[in-house]
Amino acid sequence: MPEISQYVEVERHAPPQGFLSKWVFSTDHKVIGIQYLALAIVAAFTGMALSLLMRIRLVAPTEPKAWLEALFPAGAPGGLMTPEFYLAVLTMHGTIMVFMVLTTAPQGGFGNYFLPIQIGANDMAFPRLNMLSFWLTALSFVVLVGAFLVEGGAPIAGWTAYPPLSALDGAAIAGNGQDWWLVSIAIFCLASLLSALNFIVTTLEMRTEGMTMLRLPLTVWGWFCTAVIALLAFGVLLAAGILLLMDRNFQTSFFIPGGLVISDQLVDRSGGSPILWQHLFWFFGHPEVYIAILPAMGIVSHVLATFSRKPVFGYKAMILAMGAIVTLGFVVWGHHMFVSGMSPYSAFVFSLLTMAIGVPSAIKTFNWIGTMWGGNLRFTAPMLYAIGFVSVFVAGGITGIVLGQPTLDQYFHDTYFVVAHFHLIMGVATVLAMFAGLTYWFPKMFGRHMNETLSKIHFWLTFFGVYAVFGPMHFLGAIGHPRRYAETTGLNYLAEGGADFLHMFITHSTYTLVAAQALFLVNVVWSLFAGKKAAGDNPWQATTLEWATATPPPYDNFAGRLPVVTRGPYEYSLPKAKRDFAMQCNSDDAVFAPEPAAGD
Amino acid sequence: MSAHAHAEHVTLAGRPMLGVGLKKLGMWLFLISDALTFATLLICYSYLRIANEWPHAFEFSPGILFSSLMTLILLSSSLTMVFGVAAAHDGDRNAARLWTLLTALGGAAFVGLHLTEWNHLIHEGVTPFENPWGVPLFGGFFFLITGLHMTHVVIGVGYLLVVALGFGGGKFAAEDVEVAGLYWHFVDLVWMFVFPLIYLLSVAPGS
Repeated sequence: MPEISQYVEVERHAPPQGFLSKWVFSTDHKVIGIQYLALAIVAAFTGMALSLLMRIRLVAPTEPKAWLEALFPAGAPGGLMTPEFYLAVLTMHGTIMVFMVLTTAPQGGFGNYFLPIQIGANDMAFPRLNMLSFWLTALSFVVLVGAFLVEGGAPIAGWTAYPPLSALDGAAIAGNGQDWWLVSIAIFCLASLLSALNFIVTTLEMRTEGMTMLRLPLTVWGWFCTAVIALLAFGVLLAAGILLLMDRNFQTSFFIPGGLVISDQLVDRSGGSPILWQHLFWFFGHPEVYIAILPAMGIVSHVLATFSRKPVFGYKAMILAMGAIVTLGFVVWGHHMFVSGMSPYSAFVFSLLTMAIGVPSAIKTFNWIGTMWGGNLRFTAPMLYAIGFVSVFVAGGITGIVLGQPTLDQYFHDTYFVVAHFHLIMGVATVLAMFAGLTYWFPKMFGRHMNETLSKIHFWLTFFGVYAVFGPMHFLGAIGHPRRYAETTGLNYLAEGGADFLHMFITHSTYTLVAAQALFLVNVVWSLFAGKKAAGDNPWQATTLEWATATPPPYDNFAGRLPVVTRGPYEYSLPKAKRDFAMQCNSDDAVFAPEPAAGD
Repeated sequence: MSAHAHAEHVTLAGRPMLGVGLKKLGMWLFLISDALTFATLLICYSYLRIANEWPHAFEFSPGILFSSLMTLILLSSSLTMVFGVAAAHDGDRNAARLWTLLTALGGAAFVGLHLTEWNHLIHEGVTPFENPWGVPLFGGFFFLITGLHMTHVVIGVGYLLVVALGFGGGKFAAEDVEVAGLYWHFVDLVWMFVFPLIYLLSVAPGS
């Protein structure tokens, strides 16, 4: 590998033989990364199918469909989805998308695969723990989806599982779906804690010679900050989940207040507080948003620099902004609870802190624009996805400022405005960054490029598609359309406000968007076998260490020779350099042409 | 699998940056997250205790002296653990094994006494959803928090046995004993929050 000017020799290990130890119970972080990505893709398509069901229910609540009854005899008797089934689908859509897609793909998937390579290590710090994390995550996905099959069906309390709806069978539907949900989330918490611990130790301790913290690619900073959040947040959700499980199964009443009347029956519990669950849940839930978006920010910074042929504008500011987001992210959970009867003084403080998060977010946005400004832009597919991320991040972020005002939130909180906001900022933005990451790293992972034309068609369909789906939801929210409702029959003000047309438009846009994702899947499968072969080990002419090793990387990443790092992560377009990029492992001799001798 | 390779890599690359081994740092991080889980439960307990008319002070069964004895035994096991870690660093494998086994014994004694106490309380009518002396939530919190702590002690006893025998047999390094010690001290530290918050705040004075 000529790109590596200097290296440290380490002992090599024989790769595992046999299918099981190589591909199933593998301790290789690259295989585990691919496993996480595969899990996320399965989960994403499951979640998307559920969103289709919701869209169909919303526009045609009274049209019986034979296939619905065939698929869900209990949930759609006579081919019509019951309102309870709609809520179950909504709950599972949210849970699957947030936990199994947005938490696994950016961190478990790309983080696992590329963090060790980008810091010049031969594996994670604890490879077997890493394998355990993945299989626990997979188990939690199976348990979660299993909730559909148990008596009573999937839970209906939403991904936030607010009690008393989630705590008392009488309040909702009898059955064990909510218990399966809680067990699944508890397993997921354990898996994420172990994985976070592994990421932090790896980043701090396993960096190669010369890879100082301020030479880490921003992707690594994103994964590192995410791991810190996960380590601090998931333990709280775990405790909350145990308390709720006890309320459901041991007749405790941690979250059940006294004097509760359900279906004209006084509930024989007292002493608890449903608001307490909201505090615990959102103390985890708000940082969870950053668990999804921070790795995405890292990937976008990385991709924008590569295809702008410029260093990341304000590298240190980017890191400080991430640090500010991690810190502030833990003190703003109250803005999810403005309508819970919170004291206006508390609401004021939470609102102020929420506004403060706008500052590091804006720093990052301006730095992305600064990175592209005056650059030698190459509009490849990953670049388009990354630019799409910036657009959606701004669109979703602006409405965050709106919702962060307690007075405005009073009106908007239970409307589609919130649905539009969090789908754009958390869901769509992160997923666009995942597409950027996959198209960017595909040639390194599999030795072949994804089809550029298909990727670009997919990008444009997705980019306009998400605005067509979530844009009108802002208007639905503005006319006061409540979210989570299976139908709004009798709410005449909605029909007068044009809700029927908006819903129909959104549903048809959703069909297009889903079709585009099928196209993406076709592209992935086709490119795996027949994509254009990657030209060399560094087809994008990028600077970081993953491009200095073979394609695909060998079992121990650098074949026993860990590169020594001598420069920063984004040295593009260096003055007087031979090429328009200098890799982190290139020595000065390799980068610069020899000075002409005096007198020549 | 590759712990050996990592150790070498770490030396070669002039690491570790923080001056601690991988396992030790990993254990510290685990303890931080575990501390947050316990802290959450204790904060919920404190919050609901303030929000409710809590039970009048009552006598624990068999008695607060019994609970104090449990506490004494658990805390003493931290001392034997310190001797075990010191012996391990001195390279005295036999002494390290002995002290670590003694620590595990202390933990096992704590679990035995604690289960006796549970038994007594259940006979008095305290269950997760019942409390003869007042708000039923106390029962729920008592069994949940002490139960989670006891689970940690049981896991710790098993962990210490593995480390004691493994280190005695030359399989583990002194640092492995130290890492096990970190876990054990943490479990004791958690009890130092549980004992005053759950026991001392609830017990009738003079009992």
